[in-house]
This record gives sequence, structure tokens and C-alpha cells, in this order.
Amino acid sequence: MDVWISIFISICAASTPLLLAATGELVVERSGVLNLGVEGMMIIGAVAGFSAAQATGNPYAGAVVAVFAGAVFSLLFAFLTLTLVANQVATGLALTILGLGLSGMIGEHFVGQPGIRMEALVLGLDAIFYISIALIGAVSWFLFRTRAGLMLRSVGDSHTSAHALGLNVIRIRYLAVMFGGACAGLGGAHLSLVYVPQWVEGMTAGRGWIALALVVFASWRPARLLVGAYLFGAVTIAQFHAQAVGVAIPPQFLTSLPYLATIIVLVLIARNRRLTMINTPAALGQPFVPDR
Amino acid sequence: MRIELQKRAGGSSVFAVLSPFVALLLTVLAGGIMFALLGKNPVFALYTYFVEPLADPWSREQILVKATPLVLIAIGLAVCFRSGNWNIGAEGQYLIGGMFGAAIPVLFNEWQSPLVLPLMLLMGMAGGALYAFIPAILKARFGTNEILTSLMLVYVAQQFVDWLVRGPWRDPKGFGFPGSKQFNESAVLPSLSSGSDVHLGALFAVVAAIAIWFVLTRTLKGFEIAVLGQSPRAGRFAGFSAKRLTIFVFLLSGALAGLAGISEVSGSVEKLDDKLSLGYGFAAIIVAFLGRLNPLGILAAGLVLALTYIGGEAAQISLGVSDRAARVFQGLLLFFVLACDTLIHYRIRLVSRLPKAGAA
Amino acid sequence: MKKTIFALAASAAALMTTGAMADGHAKTKACFIYIGPTGDFGWTYQHDQGRKSIEAAFGDKVETAYLENVPESAEAQRSIEKFARSGCNIIFTTSFNYMDPTNKAAGKHPDVKFEHATGYKREHPNISTYSSKFYQGRYIQGQIAAKMSKTGVAGYIASFPIPEVVRGINSFVLGAQSVNPDFKLKVVWVSTWFDPPKEADAAKALIDQGVDIITQHTDSTGPMQVAAERGIKAFGQASDMIKFGPKTQLTSIIDEWGPYYVSRVKAVMDGTWKQQDVWHGMADGNVVMAPYTNMPDEVAEAAKKTAAAIKDGSFEPFTGPITKQDGSVWLKEGEKAEVGTLLGMNFYVKGVDDKLPQ
Repeated sequence: MDVWISIFISICAASTPLLLAATGELVVERSGVLNLGVEGMMIIGAVAGFSAAQATGNPYAGAVVAVFAGAVFSLLFAFLTLTLVANQVATGLALTILGLGLSGMIGEHFVGQPGIRMEALVLGLDAIFYISIALIGAVSWFLFRTRAGLMLRSVGDSHTSAHALGLNVIRIRYLAVMFGGACAGLGGAHLSLVYVPQWVEGMTAGRGWIALALVVFASWRPARLLVGAYLFGAVTIAQFHAQAVGVAIPPQFLTSLPYLATIIVLVLIARNRRLTMINTPAALGQPFVPDR
Repeated sequence: MRIELQKRAGGSSVFAVLSPFVALLLTVLAGGIMFALLGKNPVFALYTYFVEPLADPWSREQILVKATPLVLIAIGLAVCFRSGNWNIGAEGQYLIGGMFGAAIPVLFNEWQSPLVLPLMLLMGMAGGALYAFIPAILKARFGTNEILTSLMLVYVAQQFVDWLVRGPWRDPKGFGFPGSKQFNESAVLPSLSSGSDVHLGALFAVVAAIAIWFVLTRTLKGFEIAVLGQSPRAGRFAGFSAKRLTIFVFLLSGALAGLAGISEVSGSVEKLDDKLSLGYGFAAIIVAFLGRLNPLGILAAGLVLALTYIGGEAAQISLGVSDRAARVFQGLLLFFVLACDTLIHYRIRLVSRLPKAGAA
Repeated sequence: MKKTIFALAASAAALMTTGAMADGHAKTKACFIYIGPTGDFGWTYQHDQGRKSIEAAFGDKVETAYLENVPESAEAQRSIEKFARSGCNIIFTTSFNYMDPTNKAAGKHPDVKFEHATGYKREHPNISTYSSKFYQGRYIQGQIAAKMSKTGVAGYIASFPIPEVVRGINSFVLGAQSVNPDFKLKVVWVSTWFDPPKEADAAKALIDQGVDIITQHTDSTGPMQVAAERGIKAFGQASDMIKFGPKTQLTSIIDEWGPYYVSRVKAVMDGTWKQQDVWHGMADGNVVMAPYTNMPDEVAEAAKKTAAAIKDGSFEPFTGPITKQDGSVWLKEGEKAEVGTLLGMNFYVKGVDDKLPQ
């Protein structure tokens, strides 16, 4: 196999879980909700996907279960923040803490068992990779080319006017949050079914937080999200290649680049008013209680 | 059936006091169910978790040690949250505070003087405040979302400290393991009483709690924080500057997180290593909410959360329950606290679905 | 209220102690502090196997307990202290950086015996240190690698540049060069003992750089799975990882702590426990090679021959002539390495294609 192709495949593997989780979070944030529980939903997806694959012997069944598990787990967040109007930041953190703990407990018996790998389909790449690419296209189309997408964005920009127009703000946000959970769950399943087919406690290792950063880095645009996720994946892989050929860059420096880049992007979009008005969901993180 | 919220005028004072206790009770119940599902005797499990650590003086000390950074950080966060500023990057401020303070004993390892410790503490607070200043000024100047910037900075801080303790600050005699040289005696925070593990940081936490409580309830600054937090518009009419307050609360909470960091480094670890970030900055958010954003409440809440850590160890030893249980407890606790908070501001009513509500 | 809680606590505590004394005399309690999860299937997993063999050997005369995922910091100090206070008679601390906390606790609790793995400080009479000569197995792996590799380059996923790891790298290279003097080794440092996706990324990068044998000094099975996926061969680490690479694993160095742990607990029971510093190897059964698989018979035969020579003491990997990476002579013909140099090893031998991080 050509070396460059093989390096490209490694980069795809490193980027796919990030892209999936970030795609979901992008839709969530576009609806005006900030869910910091991505890491928790991902790890629940990873353990659910692994255990379902072990039980059925079929990695695809695992992936489907992971999608559902992520969505169901995110309902906890939706109920608290949307129905009970709890603080979104704190609830998201609670979701992450709970997810990490719960997945460790569920997975206790799977440790040390080789998992079932989801084999590559075409060009050495697996189904979840192709789904992630298709999904980012679909989300882009949905958000900017469909009526439902317009509704979702208007809810994110101003829930009060959306409500006045007769949109069911809460229901739309519920659906968005569940979509985010489903995507994060699938991203987690990629880790435990493709990346390293095994279950290890805490195996998401902060990828959910990176996904959060990527959404902002992409200034809530799907196309930029694709670029961001692959840039990050490339840096992850490049650091080991650099070492193997004898170039020593402190890996910590490379690892912190996406976070620094995200801060700079945040400042830039905040300074450039026009960019901000177009992209940032204005109602992001604000609670909504319908008046009656 | 549908759940409908009805805003209470001014909030319920009964639930304001009651809600943390209801949340605790619910957590204990849920925990009991969890243990039963794991095949453990729930009563014995809960006993090991929540009572056994309180029965032993050494364990009680450990709870105080563990609660110290949580309380210090949570107090600062409470001030931020009350004023409507979402600083969730306390973990980073804690780390940078620890790193700034550690700079003195790491770079001047031989220097022994009574000046060392006060200087370290000041440096720690300065470091934390400086690091918190970044999201604050970005928010005040450019309107950047502080939740995201402060969170991103946590990861930058983790990587930076990691690089320091593996690179320039690594102990040359440490066999390549990450970590600085051990501090000399004058750089170590003394214990409250000899032979005890509880260091001076615990005292800082208590003093900070009382001082901030006083500021919040008895001074104009406290009033300003409350007004701007509730309604920025009303605050502007009263002549308060939201921007200046943002900077102030971030500096304050950063300094407290930094103090927590350097207290931990100098009081417990006695060197700077790569294990300083144990998630206290995030756990403190649970503490802040459990304490109802009240400094005195936080003092108690910090002890409760510390108990879940120490109890988790006890449960691991005597029940064979893994350390994940502690994390599940903490997540549940935060969930229930947040859910119960709703009761303070809203009346919850179950409404049966009306036939005309096509959109609902 | 407070009073009743404490009364309850006291009675429950009393209940537990009586339980422990069912047959009239106290059980011996052996306690373990682990750096990773017991399910890492590597370092910690093997220590936990050792703990289980204590239970198997002494049945209800012993009681064991463990704390897993204990960070090497103030947390370790508290965990060790907690054990010392909860009636443990002997405490095994199983990671290098538990060294200072273990010594500190030993000073505070003279009645408790402490056993610290891979360390060298013994500041009190009640603390012993123990380790294993894993490098002996690395030499055999190096020989196998040189015979099996087509590209003449192997990849080594390394954790931290501590003497233990550097020793393993050097021994591997010496073994490989005894077969093919031009053999090269590429090293990638991942700065972690356990992070499966990260170790997998490192393995992929090494394979893309042209290595066709992977070996690791990290604890997860991630690299083994990558090697299996890419169709090359690999060595397991710490435990037999054949399940994760049935067609991939050549052999694995298995850490067999059981015999040592059983002997030390027995010594506590008999009252014959004494401070010591042991460095056991293949001859003592502490370092065991997993079955030689996925290789031609003659390669396996040669490996067995080397293993036998190491066991009966007729051969030792660090025997001259050995040249350092910088070209200077370390050991002359026939000269054997001093234990002190091995324990503090901080240099590469010739043939390692890497700069040792300083």
C-alpha cells in the first residue's frame, strides 16, 4: 500500500469520531442550546456500541445501539435544561461526569476482551467514516436549504420571536439535542468498534471537548467543521511521524493548537459584526420558558 | 400529560433552603438503587460511603484536605455565576496558579526564607487571576463567549504545565519521570496542627467563605453583583458597568482558584507534577450549585462532595465497588441539585394535553 | 443525631472485625495499590493476577484488597495511608512513582510491611523493593524480530525515558544485532503508560514509516490490534495478548508476580519477613515468555535456546563487546555490565534510530 494513502487513512480514523460528535453539537448549538456533555454522550456510545456488538456478534448492530444510547442519554440533558429550565452549562457537565462513571460501571466486564472490528468497506475505510462524511453534507443541506432547517436556526437566533411565529421551540430543541446525542454516540462507537476494537474506561480521552472546540472553531459552519476536524486529525497523526523521522516538536504544543486557534476564531468572529450576525446562534445557552 | 412551569414571584424561600437537601436525599436513594443493582447490600454500601469516613478522625481530616481546593474554587465561581459570568475554566486557573507559585521553589530551589511561602501564595493568586483575565477582557472588549474561551484555556493550561514538568522544570534526578524537584521546607505550606495532613489552605477556605459572604450580603459590591446578575439593563440604569464587573469577578475567582492551586501544590504534593489537574475546577461547579451559590453553603457543600471521594475509596476497599461509583454519585448529585433548583423559581404543574393545542 | 451515627459506625466496625477473626486468629491482609485499571490487560492486570494467586494459595487465611487508578501524587499518599490504617499487614505499591509516598508511609507505620515495585529507596527496615529483569525477554524478542523482519526495521512504542524502558530498548537492539548487525530500531515516545487510541496512532505511524515488527513498552492492546489489522507481526507486553492478535503475536513477556507475592505473604504469616531488594529474572520464573507463535520452527527453536541459556546463567544480554550510540565503547569483549549501570541506564547502544529524550 502506498504510504501516503495509509497515512491518509490513519488521519481519517483520527478525525471521524471528532467530526461526528462535532456535527451533532453544531446542530444542537444552532438550535440555541449549549450541551457541554458531548464527552459523556460519546463514552456512553462507545460502551453501548461495544457491548451490543459483543452480544450480537455484529458491529453494525453495535453502531445502531450506540446511536440510540447516545440519543437516550441526551434526553436527560434535554429534560433538565428544556423542561425544567436548569442551567445548561452545569447540566452539560453533569452529563459528562455521569457518562464517564456510568460507562465505566457498565463496561467493567468487557475489559480485556477483544472486540469485533467493523471491517473496512471501500478504500480501506469503514462505514462510520462514510456516514460521517455524508452526514456533514446532509446537515449543511438541512440547515440552509430546508424549511425545517430554517425553523431550527430561527429558534437558535431568537426563541421569543420563533415562539411568537408559532414554532414549538421546546420540541425543536428536544429533537436537536437528541440528534446531537445520536451523533456523539456514533462517534464513540467508532472508537470502540473501529479505532481500537476494545472497551477501555475513559477511552474517549477528551475527544468530546475537542469536538466542542471544533464547533466554535468552525464558527457554526458545517464545511469549516469538516476542515477543522481533519486538520486536528492530521496534527494528531503528524506528531508521531515527526518523532519517527527524528523531528522533536513538543507534542503538548501541537495538542494545544486547536484550542488556541478556537480562541482566536472566537475573538475574530466577535470583532467582525457581520460574521457574528450571520453565524452565531444568538440565543445560545439562554433558557426559554414559554409564556402562557 | 405535559409538564408546565409557572414562575413564582420572587422564588420560594422554603425551597431555597430545602432544595439541596432534597437533592442529597434523592442522590442517596438513587445510589441505593444502583448498589442494589450491582448486587451489593444497599444499606451497608451507603453506610460505607457516607458514614464510615465520618467515623474515623483520620478520614475526617482527609475530607477537609479534599474539600479545601473545592471550596476555594467554588466560592469564586459562585461570585461569577451570581453576576451572570460563566467562568468554567477554573481548572486552568487552578493549574496556572499552582504553576506560578511553584516557580519560586522550582527556579530557586536552594532559597530558604520565611518570605518564600507568602511570595508563593501571592504568585499563585496572581497567576490564577492573570489567566482568568484573558476570557474576562475578551468578553468585555470583544463580546467573546466566556464559557467557550475559559474552557479552551483549561486545555491550553494542562498542556503547558505538562510540557513544563516533562521539559524545562523536570527534576534531572527523576529518572525521566515528569515532575519538578521536591520543594524545600520553607516552600511547604504548614499543617494546621503538627502531624496533621490538614494544611493552612483549609483556613484560607474558611476565611474566604466568610469574607466573600460578607461582601455579597453586606456591601455595595454585593448589591452590584446581584443587580447586574439578575438584570443587566436594571444594572445599567443604576450606573453599574457590566464590563468592569466581568473583569472584577473573573479576577477574583481566578485568584481564588490560583490560591487553591498553590495550596494544593505546596501543602499536599510538595512539588509540581503532571497529576495536579484532578478535575477540582469542574467538581467545584457542582459544589457551587450544591451550595446554592452562597459562600457559607459552599463550605458545607464542599465537605459533602469531598465525602463522596473519600467514601468512594472506602467502598472500593470494603465492597470492591470500583472508583466509578464515586463519579456516578457526583453526576447524579449535580443532576438532582439542578432539577431541584427549578422548584425554587417555578411551580411545576402537570397539565393534561388540551385538544386544541395542535402545536404543543 | 451525630451520636447515633457514630454509635452505629462503631458497632458496624466491630461487626467487621469479628468477621475477620472467625477462626480465632486474624487473617493476614495483603493490599495493593495499582496505577491503572485492573482490566488494562497489561501491567496492572498482571499484578492483580498475582493478588489472585495469593487468594488461591492461602484461601480463607488471607484477605486481599486493592485500589485501582491511583494517581502518583498526594492521592497515592492518602491511598497507602488508608490501607495502612485499615488493617493491612503487607502493602504492595506497584508503580515506580509510588516510591516517596511508600517510604513516607513505612516510616509512619513500622508494624506494616511495604513492598515497592521497581523502586530503589528503602529508608526504613519495613520496606522492600522488587523488580524483574524484563530486559532478558526483550533480548529474545530482538532476535526473533531480526529473523522475522523483511525491512530490517522494527518499531518500539515507548512510554517514559526511565532506565527500565531504556534498558528494554537496548536489550532488544542487542538481540536483533546478534542476528543482523545492520538492524535498525525506530522509537516513538507516547508519554503515557496506557492510552489505547494514542498507542494505536503511534503504531500506525511507525508502520507507515516502514517498520514491519511492532513492540511496545506501554500497557494496552491497542498496538497489537493495529498490527493485526495491517497484517504485520508484533510482541505482546506484560501479559499474553494472543487473544488480541491470534495471527499477529510472536510472543509476549509475561510478568509473573504470583510466586513472589505468595512467598512474601507467607513470610509475613510465618513472621520471617525481612527487608530485601530483589531483581528476579527468567531463572526465578518471574519473567515468562508466552508460547512462540506465528513463526517458523527454526526461529522458535533459536528463541528457546537463548531462553535456556539465560535461565541457566550461561548467557546474559548485556555482555561485551557493546558500543554506545555515540560510538564510544561501553563494554569490552566478555565484560559484563554492572548492576548499578543497568539500574540507572540513561544511554542508547549503537543501532537505535532515535535521540534519547533528556
